[in-house]
Amino acid sequence: MLYIKCPYCGMRSQNEFAYGGDATVKRPELNKEISDQEWDKFVYLRKSPRGKHIELWHHISGCRQWFKVHRDTLTHKIYKTAEIREEI
Amino acid sequence: MQKYSVFSLIKNAFNGHKDWEVAWKDPTPKAEYDVIIIGGGGHGLATAYYLAKEHKITNIAIIEKGWIGGGNVGRNTTIVRSNYMHDENALFSEFSMDLWRTMSQELNFNVMFSPRGIINLAHSDAQMNAYSRRGNSMRLNGIDAVLLGREEVKKLIPMADFSDDVRFPIFGGLMQPSAGTARHDGVAWGYARQADSMGVDIIQHCEVTGFDVSNGKILGVKTSKGNIKAKKVGLCVAGSTSILAEMLNMTLPIETHLLQACVSEPIKPLLDHVVTFGAGHFYCSQSDKGEMVMGGDLDGYNSYAQRGNLPTLQHVLTEGIAMFPFLSKLKMLRTWGGIMDMSMDGSPIIDKTHIDGLYLNCGWCYGGFKATPASGWTFAHTIAQDRVHKLNAGYSLNRFNTGHLIDEKGLGTKTWIS
Repeated sequence: MLYIKCPYCGMRSQNEFAYGGDATVKRPELNKEISDQEWDKFVYLRKSPRGKHIELWHHISGCRQWFKVHRDTLTHKIYKTAEIREEI
Repeated sequence: MQKYSVFSLIKNAFNGHKDWEVAWKDPTPKAEYDVIIIGGGGHGLATAYYLAKEHKITNIAIIEKGWIGGGNVGRNTTIVRSNYMHDENALFSEFSMDLWRTMSQELNFNVMFSPRGIINLAHSDAQMNAYSRRGNSMRLNGIDAVLLGREEVKKLIPMADFSDDVRFPIFGGLMQPSAGTARHDGVAWGYARQADSMGVDIIQHCEVTGFDVSNGKILGVKTSKGNIKAKKVGLCVAGSTSILAEMLNMTLPIETHLLQACVSEPIKPLLDHVVTFGAGHFYCSQSDKGEMVMGGDLDGYNSYAQRGNLPTLQHVLTEGIAMFPFLSKLKMLRTWGGIMDMSMDGSPIIDKTHIDGLYLNCGWCYGGFKATPASGWTFAHTIAQDRVHKLNAGYSLNRFNTGHLIDEKGLGTKTWIS
């Protein structure tokens, strides 16, 4: 069982959360010519590191806010959680 | 190589089984090989075997970080099937079925292939329609498929919950009678023994730490047992693919996720088939020892842990009990996890890469075990001929770029959603 500290509600069990994937992926800018390569990178390509990973989680059974989690994918240790606009 | 048979068994019984040859050797790596396969799991061992057998390339090393058969080939739920709708998957996995049927004879090793049939349960009219469509697609590709009504399913698996007041009543199911199970460790050992006998070096406890790439061409690999030169290198490392890709400065359409499985205490023969729950993600079969073998969802977030979390296990077994209420009375014997290379469309990648002499075999998601022989066979062809075979032409790496996805389940890129 993971315990995740929602930046808005505090420490809760993982049962209240939904996962949202790699938080470092950036959508290509709007109103610009976007190459197939850029779409490919945004939609499909993932680093999937073994170790530290910055990811999105959704407090779906709580405040329903999206936020960032800095977690280790091997040990599941959570270093930090932060609001979506904050840098980790 | 010593042939395994009832006669050799009797002969060796006379001297207390002390004179059996080792099944495979424990060589030190040579300075150079024609082909290095990274990953001594089912797919890597099968690749080496078919390279030696079909393409007469025997100067091969298999490099394995742990021990052969210790990864996903020993952690899966042993299901072998080809009940796919899309042509690429259907033809590939049916080719695999053909290899499964003769594997024990070919490898002189009993892989206990048991074509007991798989039943996918349906819980609504819409799902029956979808299964009817899938079954027809399978039959057009020469794969056996039978659409079963509720009463027919009841005859086959009377222990399932057929009461009327359940949340997900059983409407019927789709059955592939020729699907089944196989002894997963035996597959790894059988391929390893044959590959070894043809001259393949199986190097265990040897970790790859880097690659030697120059001018867009692979020259060798760096390992914990020293640098080894190679003309060609094939990657068969399932959940560790992204780690090796990072060493090569490649980013792949792959995420590594954890999948759990478990077995109950052994009980008398009860379940004759492999059965999957249609309103969630749960599958179940009974092993020859009598254990109920069960599996289901991913843990739900990127993980390299090789051990699972309890909330997912609880969720999966809740589905199991909804399907087979008797499961609630059984004790759990073991649970374990393996790390899956989840591709972004749910289908695998067997292809060349932009680096000359480097070949990629990954993205097996939930279904790597059944594909073992065909994966090895087509990957061996791709490596030996430096071009893809028509069976794996659809499993290209650039399909994500060109839009030729093989999205069997229509799940999209959120690989952890099931």
